[in-house]
Amino acid sequence: MIGNVIKYEKDNIDTDVIIPGTYLKIHDYAELATHAMEGLDPDFHKKVKEGDFILAGKNFGCGSSREHAPIALAHSGIKAVLALSFARIFYRNAVDGAFLLPIEINEDAYKDISNGDELEINIDNIEIINLTKNKNYQMKPFSEIIGKIIAAGGLFKFQP
Amino acid sequence: MNITEKILARASNKKKVEPEDVVFVNVDKVMLHDVSGPGVIKVFEKLQKQGVNVEKLWDPSKVWVAEDHFVPSADMVSAENIVKLSNFTKKYGIEKHFKYGMGQYGICHTLSHEEAMVLPGEVYVGGDSHTNTTGTLGAFACGLGHTDIAYVLLNGKIWLKVPETLYFKINGKLPEHVMAKDLILKIIGDIGTDGAAYKAMQFGGSGIDEMSVDERLTLTNMTTEAGAKNGIIEPDQKIMDYLAERGATDFSAVKGDADANYAKTFEYEASEMEPIVAKPFSPENVSVVRETSSIDLDKAYIGSCTGAKLDDLKAVARILKGRKVKIRTEILPAAISIYKKALENGLIKIFLDAGVTVGPPTCGACCGAHMGVLAKDEICVSTTNRNFPGRMGHVDSQTYLASPLVVAASAVTGKLTDPRDLN
Repeated sequence: MIGNVIKYEKDNIDTDVIIPGTYLKIHDYAELATHAMEGLDPDFHKKVKEGDFILAGKNFGCGSSREHAPIALAHSGIKAVLALSFARIFYRNAVDGAFLLPIEINEDAYKDISNGDELEINIDNIEIINLTKNKNYQMKPFSEIIGKIIAAGGLFKFQP
Repeated sequence: MNITEKILARASNKKKVEPEDVVFVNVDKVMLHDVSGPGVIKVFEKLQKQGVNVEKLWDPSKVWVAEDHFVPSADMVSAENIVKLSNFTKKYGIEKHFKYGMGQYGICHTLSHEEAMVLPGEVYVGGDSHTNTTGTLGAFACGLGHTDIAYVLLNGKIWLKVPETLYFKINGKLPEHVMAKDLILKIIGDIGTDGAAYKAMQFGGSGIDEMSVDERLTLTNMTTEAGAKNGIIEPDQKIMDYLAERGATDFSAVKGDADANYAKTFEYEASEMEPIVAKPFSPENVSVVRETSSIDLDKAYIGSCTGAKLDDLKAVARILKGRKVKIRTEILPAAISIYKKALENGLIKIFLDAGVTVGPPTCGACCGAHMGVLAKDEICVSTTNRNFPGRMGHVDSQTYLASPLVVAASAVTGKLTDPRDLN
């Protein structure tokens, strides 16, 4: 999986900025995408491209259980969020709904990767290759159940 | 095993579970509302296209539905969602649907205990992050997204990782001017908004024994703001009496073993607590009220699952009785049953005489939905649970989170005010 990074050097990017509460009544995925990240970066929907990744600090997706959050990002074209850590419901929603990959990275990778860098994410080898900077980083391996749900393509396709 | 582990072991038919174990638990109760409900309906539509049979739920008698976020219907889109939700419950034979305008209704995390929808020892999942609230009853209560709720509706079970438990031992009694909200803000300030991420937060000690059920609910409600998977309190006689008053006596309560394990124990002396606010833009950004008293406010908001229970309204009335508010103030009781009790106890008249606008039960402006959202640069003091940018309206509005006593005192002065400093 290859894409470019949109970097937010920020911890605790919460669901209220990923998709503000006023849009919770909307369930049209394409319409939700037009409001993705509106609370933090109103120009997000203009700059995001299909296949891009978001890079952020710790506790990404904290706050509400709204599945609108991974839906809005995924339908904007985001394939993976790389962060120092994730809030639990966002993480579950991303994986169980097969919207995008939540990838935990370490401080070194977080600091080293710049906005716009082109990355190749290889979950089988649990590594991230920075094609722009010609560097490799480790990612935190998925737990057994998460790995299986991702491989199956979401919770409904997963056979326990 | 502690109470969380024991409930999850029982629900997964295991003798013993340990933190980090992944288990499929049988769910006892599941809740959806006017935001997660239409979200689940969308998932059902997707599944149907993929050939999954979505014609029957696993057990409609274990499903209940609240209308709370955008009700009374805020606009046409919200009205359509309410119609969708009503068609859904009719189609699937879900009888426990609390509809606005038809008697009892209110915020889901209030109905869960007010209507004894959930019982001690049960596994309860809801399509809302503050589902943690209901752990006050001694249930495992945890929030999930639409896909997970859809999975539960069709299969009656869900995967969970057994969480480690952080134990918060509260000693003694809170002073008169301090509420559970101050205590939980202090705790979140200490451990941070990810301080309990993926973990259980359990409360106990003499401070909890002393606390009313309504006050305990504030603690478990706000565990979500520390990132917790669930908040929980071992059920005592107060809980048994509370549920008995609501006709619920048939359940199998669970308590932890004497040698239960806790990942970490924190101890707080209730008598040392002071009124606290969480400043914009995070529940962990706490400060003593007396150190923030120079802030000029535009609005006071008393509402939500966190801060519009009967005890909260009583606390507000103690302050507002015989006084007038100086800034726009709204009070929205969390459920019709609470509204009625507030009316019978004379609280509503106190509020109206003080100049307050009293509204219907709704999540309303707490989540920036409607009923008093904030304009650019407006500053609000609120009994709600979150103050992220844009939470209650414009992204450049500001929310200070505080106890009902502090919010009421601040409504009277127009500045953040410690209730002790009111003339």
